Amino acid sequence: MASITLDNLAHSYLANPQSEADYALKHVNLKWEDGQAYALLGPSGCGKTTLLNIMSGLLQPTRGRILFGEEDVTAASTVDRNIAQVFQFPVVYDTMTVGQNLAFPLRNRGLKADYIAERVSRIAQMIGLEQHLGQKARGLTADLKQKISLGRGVVRDDVNAILFDEPLTVIDPHLKWELRTQLKSLHREFGHTMVYVTHDQTEALTFADKVVVMHDGLVVQIGTPQELFERPAHTFVGYFIGSPGMNFVPVKVDGKNASTHGEAIELASDYATPAGEVVLGIRPEFVRLSKDNGLPVTIQQVRDVGRQKFVTASLFGSDINFVVEPGIQIDEGTAKVVFDQEQISIFSDDWRIDPVTGQRGAP
Amino acid sequence: MMQKPVNQRAWLLVLPVLALVAFSSVIPMMTVVNYSFQDSFGGNDFFWVGLEWYRELLQSERLWDALGRQLLFSAIILLIEIPLGILVALAMPKRGWLASLCLVLMALPLLIPYNVVGTIWQVFGRSDIGLLGRLVTDLGISYNYAQNAVDAWVTVIAMDVWHWTSLVALLSYAGLRSIPDAYYQAAKIDQASRWSVFRYIELPKMRGVLIIAILLRFMDSFMIYTEPFVLTGGGPGNATTFLSIDLVKMALGQFDLGPAAAFSLMYFLVILLISYVFYTVMITMDKDETKA
Repeated sequence: MASITLDNLAHSYLANPQSEADYALKHVNLKWEDGQAYALLGPSGCGKTTLLNIMSGLLQPTRGRILFGEEDVTAASTVDRNIAQVFQFPVVYDTMTVGQNLAFPLRNRGLKADYIAERVSRIAQMIGLEQHLGQKARGLTADLKQKISLGRGVVRDDVNAILFDEPLTVIDPHLKWELRTQLKSLHREFGHTMVYVTHDQTEALTFADKVVVMHDGLVVQIGTPQELFERPAHTFVGYFIGSPGMNFVPVKVDGKNASTHGEAIELASDYATPAGEVVLGIRPEFVRLSKDNGLPVTIQQVRDVGRQKFVTASLFGSDINFVVEPGIQIDEGTAKVVFDQEQISIFSDDWRIDPVTGQRGAP
Repeated sequence: MMQKPVNQRAWLLVLPVLALVAFSSVIPMMTVVNYSFQDSFGGNDFFWVGLEWYRELLQSERLWDALGRQLLFSAIILLIEIPLGILVALAMPKRGWLASLCLVLMALPLLIPYNVVGTIWQVFGRSDIGLLGRLVTDLGISYNYAQNAVDAWVTVIAMDVWHWTSLVALLSYAGLRSIPDAYYQAAKIDQASRWSVFRYIELPKMRGVLIIAILLRFMDSFMIYTEPFVLTGGGPGNATTFLSIDLVKMALGQFDLGPAAAFSLMYFLVILLISYVFYTVMITMDKDETKA
């Protein structure tokens, strides 16, 4: 096992890609550290599956290299890369039993029968298939079939990485939690590098040590769930992570002062005068109602979800969401809000500006 | 429980179909049944002979020989056309203009009228002017479908394979195209060999269409008439006299209406019986597969 480096990867499904828009994967530089559990998060169509298929060798990238450790494997076949991959929809070999399905990848590698038997029973026990081992795979429910797919993915213990492509889409919600927990414990036990593709942020945040967020063919941020939440590198991350997502307010920034529609907002750090289109980002959790001074908002909707109240208000004509404690009484009408200074992010042309260096996140 | 409404007027709705079926099959078939129990000497004089024709036919060597030839022919046809059709389907391109071109080319033999197929091969195989016959003869192989029984069989089989393999291929191709890409990708990840991909993915997924292909090819080959009739007229001798050729000889050549009627009914029952057995066996296999 080794780390996996993606070096300047780009991929287009067209034969002659002309413009940037023709690329499903635009420009990816990424290093998957050995033995980590990653989530690859992004909306449908952002290039997650393409990236996975390139890593496992099902697709040849249009540009760029893939390195396992120091070795260039860009041209290597799927067999040589020895990567396991689980797909979104269950793939089972209909005419085989569940046990034979699980044993299939091992048999194809010509491993010894007693090793295969031991490994199959172990995995079956782990994902709850042991009472089905002798059954034909064909008549089983989608849940069980997907468990078989998962089992085939994790049955080899010498793989370089295991890639999961939204593996729990067809699984019942209550089972999802259970299977994800089992995957996590599998990861803890065997220490394989795991990449888990999903567009569900809860799934991503509960599974992974590190989350890679993709947007429109680009990797926009890699970080721990907390980093993504507190310091989103791109407005997309702010919007996509968290529910509801980050609020964005178009502002003018000068040093430690921001202003919108003539109202001043004081910032915690000096941003000088950033170029481009500048917006201020603030999470709903860090917006507070204020009695005297603050930005004027019109409360439009309050949703009480028990532990919290979600409030939607209008700030100079655009929506702003915030969260308040359940005990606080809110009436429709006008109110004032202030932002928690430490939690404000400033973005220029969608990329976050680091207040210390003044640098923008790199695309 | 919900009470099902009962309304006898519903029968009116099936009446048109019943009338259509009566005129298209029941009445003609009953005429045949009627003939099979009677003898006639022309002039529309019929008299009752009971089961005489059936008894005679069951003892006639001619019928059993024709049935034997027929079974052998169908068996050979299935053994060649099914595997060959699958191979062709596997080799066909998956997408693009080349795939469309292949589909059109494959469909061509199916569009040619039966007697034209017979005529094409009759000329094609002639050792004096036919391209195939001449070529084979020039290679020093003695070949004459009009005189040699084996040559006649080879030609009839080659003709049927040429005519009908594309049906099997097209059906198999449709079955193959319905397999999602993910199966092939998963097989690659699982490091399956080409044979495993065929054995565990493609063949199981083609099962449904193959059952249909086998049934169609069996029934059709069991009823083959026009092509061998045009090619050899059932000869040399009786070598390629299959059941339907024999039947036509009996009914129209000798004008033995009674025996021919009995023959057709038995022929019909045999096809029905064998198709039923085929179907039942394959469906049962299918179910066992699901249950086990």
